Parts: sequence; structure tokens; C-alpha cells
Amino acid sequence: MILETTQQALQALFAGSVPADEAEAGTPRGNGVLTRDYKTHGYHLDAQVAADQLLAAVTILDEGGFFIESITGVDWIKDNQLEVIYDFSRYDFDTCRVIIRTRMPREKPEVPTISTIYAGANWHERETHDFFGIKFAGHPHLVPLLLPEDADFHPLLKDFKA
Amino acid sequence: MSAPIQLRPDETFLLNVGPQHPATHGVLRVKMQMDGEYIVKAETVLGYVHRMHEKMGENRTYAQYLPNLSRLDYLGALGYTHGHVLAIERAAGIEVPERAEYIRAITVELNRVASHLFWFGAFVMDLGGFSPLMYAIQDREHILDMLEAVTGARLTYCYYRFGGLYNDVDDDFIEAAKRFIPRMRKSLKKYDALVSGNIIFQKRLEGIAPVSAEMCRKYGATGPVARGSGINFDVRKNEPYSVYPEFDFDVPVYHECDSLARYKVRMDEMEQSLRIIEQGLEKLPDGPIMVEKKPKTIKLPVGDYYQAVETARGSFGIRIVSDGDKNAYRLKLRSPTYSNMHLFDEACEGMLIMDALAFMGSLDLVIPEIDR
Repeated sequence: MILETTQQALQALFAGSVPADEAEAGTPRGNGVLTRDYKTHGYHLDAQVAADQLLAAVTILDEGGFFIESITGVDWIKDNQLEVIYDFSRYDFDTCRVIIRTRMPREKPEVPTISTIYAGANWHERETHDFFGIKFAGHPHLVPLLLPEDADFHPLLKDFKA
Repeated sequence: MSAPIQLRPDETFLLNVGPQHPATHGVLRVKMQMDGEYIVKAETVLGYVHRMHEKMGENRTYAQYLPNLSRLDYLGALGYTHGHVLAIERAAGIEVPERAEYIRAITVELNRVASHLFWFGAFVMDLGGFSPLMYAIQDREHILDMLEAVTGARLTYCYYRFGGLYNDVDDDFIEAAKRFIPRMRKSLKKYDALVSGNIIFQKRLEGIAPVSAEMCRKYGATGPVARGSGINFDVRKNEPYSVYPEFDFDVPVYHECDSLARYKVRMDEMEQSLRIIEQGLEKLPDGPIMVEKKPKTIKLPVGDYYQAVETARGSFGIRIVSDGDKNAYRLKLRSPTYSNMHLFDEACEGMLIMDALAFMGSLDLVIPEIDR
């Protein structure tokens, strides 16, 4: 039930545009909402949004009563892109796992913070900033969390050399 | 003659708790701005035992990564290794023999009891009672001996393999586990009589450190912390995995939202784990403990995979992004205490420092699992 309503609400962000195709190996997929097979992938909805749609998408989940699982990044160095992945899930028995992802160019990795909506995003975003150097615009305290306080490196970037 | 010491009424001072402090149960540091005994603002400082397990996940093959998972939470490690093998099996489409899944569930639940026992002892010690820790460690020792016999390790288990187990359990283990259940039930009664009714203990916890359900949601708190705030959420029930649907057990939920509620949840959970172990031993089917056919090197199809499991501390998630290679392109570990600890900063504002330390104990922190 919640799956359909959430899907429709997220779909509405892409006003009438066709859902993105399945990603071909090696090519980045387009923005849009995809449903995934829960049995093999472990989540239901997979929405890729533009950075300026992020807050709207997260607000939909917040209003839908989802809780935040985690935030993380992926370095797609071949596409010269960085990706931020937001995981959401529910406390009730209407199981629905949603992931929101957004991609940005590696030269200018910046997305708005969602810590204004989910207070718990604060640490996750700091951690993602540690590991990938992704800047979360509007974050109240974007200093290293797990890395040393003077760290100027981002170990999960694929071109990181220790 | 010197002037008398006078404090301005609005004066605050900075108190540094940790990183080496017995109340933090590990190398955790909290900077607290204090107004007398009251906390005005707190800031948690992490990273003292950060080892970059996620980078290791990218550099090692899936099988080489197996031992890493038990280095996160050294008190309840089997739950974490279970999550890892389940994630790989889900993505690679490996069917695990029933006997192996039953043994996994039994050992995970034994480990959960061991973890809660240690927490129980340490928590009561935080509040000033030393002897319950000794009792708890004695009971936990029985579990560690049993697990050592089958897994070969006391804390850092590497017992589960993709598609099954490293080693079958023998009759000695089953006998020992059967003996353990009534003994543990007796102990739980003893703990209840020894601690739960103690008036000092109750006064230190009752109504203290309220964490609302809404706060849990905003921070993503799970496990006993969420269940002490009236949220009926347990991954074993909400997203059933392994053979948990075969077992008859309850999820203890308390609605008081205070430290005492979190205490009660864990104490009740031990009994529920014993029920699962009891049923598991009864139903334990014969058969192989390892899948017959399985690729020598595991490679996952391109895509994202997520697996959540209920560990002793809450919902542990492992996210694997695969590019089809023999190691993960990106491996993210979502640790439950990370989210549970995160709400501490906000929740402890305006609290007495002694209450805050009791609150910290009620969160059941394991620092290596937060820092990863």
C-alpha cells in the first residue's frame, strides 16, 4: 500500500516523464523511479533525482513516516561522477525500503543537506564528506567525524593513494 | 585578603568525558558544556578506533572479508557475520541448507544473550552496583565456551560461510545448549530479584532520559532503543530472514521511553532468545551444513544489494554495490549504535550528568562498531 503511494509521490517529481530504463552495464541511468525485486536486491524503490529535487524527495519520505537508515557515497570514476545514496525504511509492517540517489560531477561535488529534515543525517553526511569530499551545502557542522580532525584526504575515492 | 570566589550565575564550563573513561565503554569522547551539574550542550567526538572497514571491503574479495565483520561489534559478532553472508547469498542466489540456517539462528541467539548479559553487568556497574557484572560474566562464560567449541573463537567468530557453515555442531554442543536454557532462566529470575526491584536502580532510570518515538525516527534508532520508545520494530519480524518465521517468539516493547524501558526490553529479549534457541534445538533438522554446488570465487551480478539483520544492538545493514567483480565496488556498513548514539547529543541537553551517563549505558554502545 505505502509502496504504491510513495512511488506515485516520487514519480510526480518527474512530471510525466517516462521512468528511467534499467541501467546498462557501464552507462549511468537517467533520473526517475525504478522498482526493484525485493527478493534479490533487498529494497523496493530506487529513485534517482537531481540535486535540486533532493529535498522534495526526502520530504515525501519524511511525511510518509519513513526513518533514515544511512547515507553513503559511491565514486563512479569512469563516469567522472560521484553519487550519494540515501537509505530509508519503515518501522511498521508495511515493509518498504526506498533509496534515493543523486549524482554530481566529480569536480564540483555538492548537494544540499537533509539534516534540516532528518536530524540523524548530520553524522551520515559528515562521514560521507570524510570519505568522498562531498560537500553538503547548509550542513551546520561539516568537520571530520571519523577521520582525524586535520584530515585533508578522502580515502574512498577510487584515485586515493595511501 | 583576597576577594571571595564568586561565580556568575550564567557561567558555564567545558567538561571533557573520554576518550579514556570507564563510563563510555570504549574510546568515545563527549565534549559537554556544563552549567553546574547540568548539561547545556553535548558534542560527541568519534573516530578513535576507526579502521576503515569499508575500504577493506573494496580491497578484499567477499570471502576474504568474512573475518572483518566480527571486528565491528565484539560482543555480538555473529549477528554481523550473519548479515554479511545473507547479503552475498541473496545477491548470488545461493540456497542455504535448512540445518545450516537453524544452527545460524541458534548461535546468533546465544550470542545475543551473551551480548545482553555483558551489557546488563556493565550497565548496572555504571549505576554503582558491581556484583551483577560478576554473575553476568559467569553466565556469559558458558555461552562463550559453547560457541568456542563449534566456531573456534570466543569473540571474533568467522563461523558462517557463503552457503552454509564452517563446521557442524556436535552432540556436546546440543547437550550443553539444552542444559544452558533452564540455568539461564533461573539466572534471569535471580537478576530480576537482585536488580530490577532495587529502589536506587529504579530511581536512577525511571522517567530519566526520555527518547520519543519521533526522535527515534529522525535519527534512525533501532533495536532496544526504539523498542523502549514504543516502536514495535524488529527486523526478524518486520523483514523476516533466515528461519526466523519458523519460530514462535515475541518482540518486547515498552512505551515509557525512559532508560528503565530500554533496560526492560533487553532483559525480556533474553527470555525470547532462549525460546528461539529451545525451539531451534527441538526442530533442528538433519542434513548437510553446506550447499553442494557453489562457485569457487563469488562474483555478484552488477547492481545494488541491501541486507538488514537484527543484531543485539539493532538493525545492522550491509549495502553492496557490485560492478560484477570478485570484490565489492562499494561496501557500506550501516551500524545500529551509530544511529542510536547520534541522538545522545540532542537528548541529553538539560540533563544531569549522572543521568546522562546512565542514559549512555542504556544505549548499549560498542565503540568499534560505531567507528568501523
